[in-house]
Amino acid sequence: MIVARSRMVRFSKQALNYVLLVVLAFIVLFPILWLVSSAFKTPAQQYEWPPRFLPSPIYLGNFASLFKVMPMPIYLMNTLVIAVFSVIGMCISSSLAAFAIARMNFHGRNVLFAMLMMTLMIPYAITMIPSFFIFTRLKWIDTFLPLIVPNFFGGAFMIFLLRQAYRSIPQEMMDAAQLDGASYFKIYWLIFIPLTIPIMVTVALLTFLWSWNDLLGPLIYLNDPQLYTVQRGLSQLTGRSGTGIDRRGIIMAGSLLGMLPMLVIYLFGQRYFIQGLTRSGSKG
Amino acid sequence: MLKRLNFPGDMRIREEFNAWLFVLPTALGLLIFQLFPVLFSLYVSFTNWNLITPPKWLGFQNYRDLFTIDPFFVSTLRNTVLYAVGTVSFSLFFAILVALLLNQQLKGKEFFRAVFFLPVVLPTASAALAWTWMYDANAGIINSFLKLLGLAPIPWLVNTNYALWALIIEAIWASLGFNTIIFLAGLQNISKDYYEAASIDGANAWQKFVNITLPLLSPTTFFVLVTSIINAVQIFDLPFIMTGGGPANATQTIVMYIYSNAFRLQRMGLASAVGYMVFIVILGLTYLNFKFEKKWVFYEEAV
Repeated sequence: MIVARSRMVRFSKQALNYVLLVVLAFIVLFPILWLVSSAFKTPAQQYEWPPRFLPSPIYLGNFASLFKVMPMPIYLMNTLVIAVFSVIGMCISSSLAAFAIARMNFHGRNVLFAMLMMTLMIPYAITMIPSFFIFTRLKWIDTFLPLIVPNFFGGAFMIFLLRQAYRSIPQEMMDAAQLDGASYFKIYWLIFIPLTIPIMVTVALLTFLWSWNDLLGPLIYLNDPQLYTVQRGLSQLTGRSGTGIDRRGIIMAGSLLGMLPMLVIYLFGQRYFIQGLTRSGSKG
Repeated sequence: MLKRLNFPGDMRIREEFNAWLFVLPTALGLLIFQLFPVLFSLYVSFTNWNLITPPKWLGFQNYRDLFTIDPFFVSTLRNTVLYAVGTVSFSLFFAILVALLLNQQLKGKEFFRAVFFLPVVLPTASAALAWTWMYDANAGIINSFLKLLGLAPIPWLVNTNYALWALIIEAIWASLGFNTIIFLAGLQNISKDYYEAASIDGANAWQKFVNITLPLLSPTTFFVLVTSIINAVQIFDLPFIMTGGGPANATQTIVMYIYSNAFRLQRMGLASAVGYMVFIVILGLTYLNFKFEKKWVFYEEAV
């Protein structure tokens, strides 16, 4: 009797747990579902009561209207170019630095690493004006360079992640390679890089995420509408839209295109995002 | 090409040379994009500078003006603090709750984790536009539901009393998953032995939570608290997209203030002064993090 009762209690507790989780998950997903649904509704359907989640018919007019208001394919392409080059730069320079810091002896190593870790506290709020000054002098305003080039100079957090991974590779492997006469670059390229692919994927995905989602950088450096990134373009939509009735669907169509790449990547790589971001202490 | 060298001294030099080659881009980046900006913006914060004519030395005048002459700075500061307190406290509360719900033997745990974390990776611009639509005073889904429940609609983004709260709710939604995952990791580090011992002593679930979970979770809580505050005081995208700082500056935040002073009004000196204050607050929080982590945070080994 008592056993049966405690089993019942445990069962109902677990059921309650599930109910709460499902409700909370629905609340968290709701804005995203609502966005997707609104992107495919006709202007009249936007205001229907009771609201419907599944628009019927599925209306594609919002996307057609969006492309008339702004060159979304160009924005997507611009953002992709910036993000891909940022990823390439970040992966190369951060992994080289992390390898040297993790496995080589050189003067100033500890000072360099300590200073890198300290830069994690420096807010963008104080580096943005001097950076803007540098890039103005280089005549790089209205180019993608201010958004790409800094990534080729490494990132403190990425170096931190990679360094931890490189430290876990056994010293014997390095010694053996050195006895065979392998250069440091060869050891880095043929042993360390292949053995730490998951961390490199994390670095690549985080760099892509931060680059794709960045709004402040493109706001500062890109004035020419032909060079806008997706987020920069979307921020323009609010300014022009007001609460005009038929604009809702258009704005939601744009927002959907702006988040779609992240949604798709997250679907396949959520593990990397969750592990990487929670270690960084900062949101995308 | 360097051929294999056998003398220990030569190998030492080769290692040193190679290492510096490897860290060269990073070291240069550190100098150009971190050290120079930190020092340069300190200098700029004591000047009047429009980026075109040479900076003019003002001493502490920018810092003084912010609190005396500028009519918006103090309200901007207030908004940012309110936003940070609201977002961080509610986000932490719900994150602990969700983490407790997830910290069980559950089927589909991975799925829930992924769902709660999803808003963290989405671009703020897209999410903010979706919320703007949901908050629409006349036809937004939130007010429609309020009406359905017989409640009065709320002028979310157009009223000075509600606009900041509208942003706070969005920000809780956006940061919940991040904090939840960290709390979940913290919970999983607490040894099951404590709970078993407490069960033998006849403790109920609430007593276990208050006497075991909360104290042993405090390092995690402290970490989440500090990082959340640091992120919250730097909020920019959300008010920029959703309200543009309005209505009547009710959602103007510090980084928006820096942005508009620097890049719209060309007041680099004033903007740098504000930036430096943000920097000092962040340094202070980080210092507290290091200092008090050891003092009042309850580590498992100390039990």
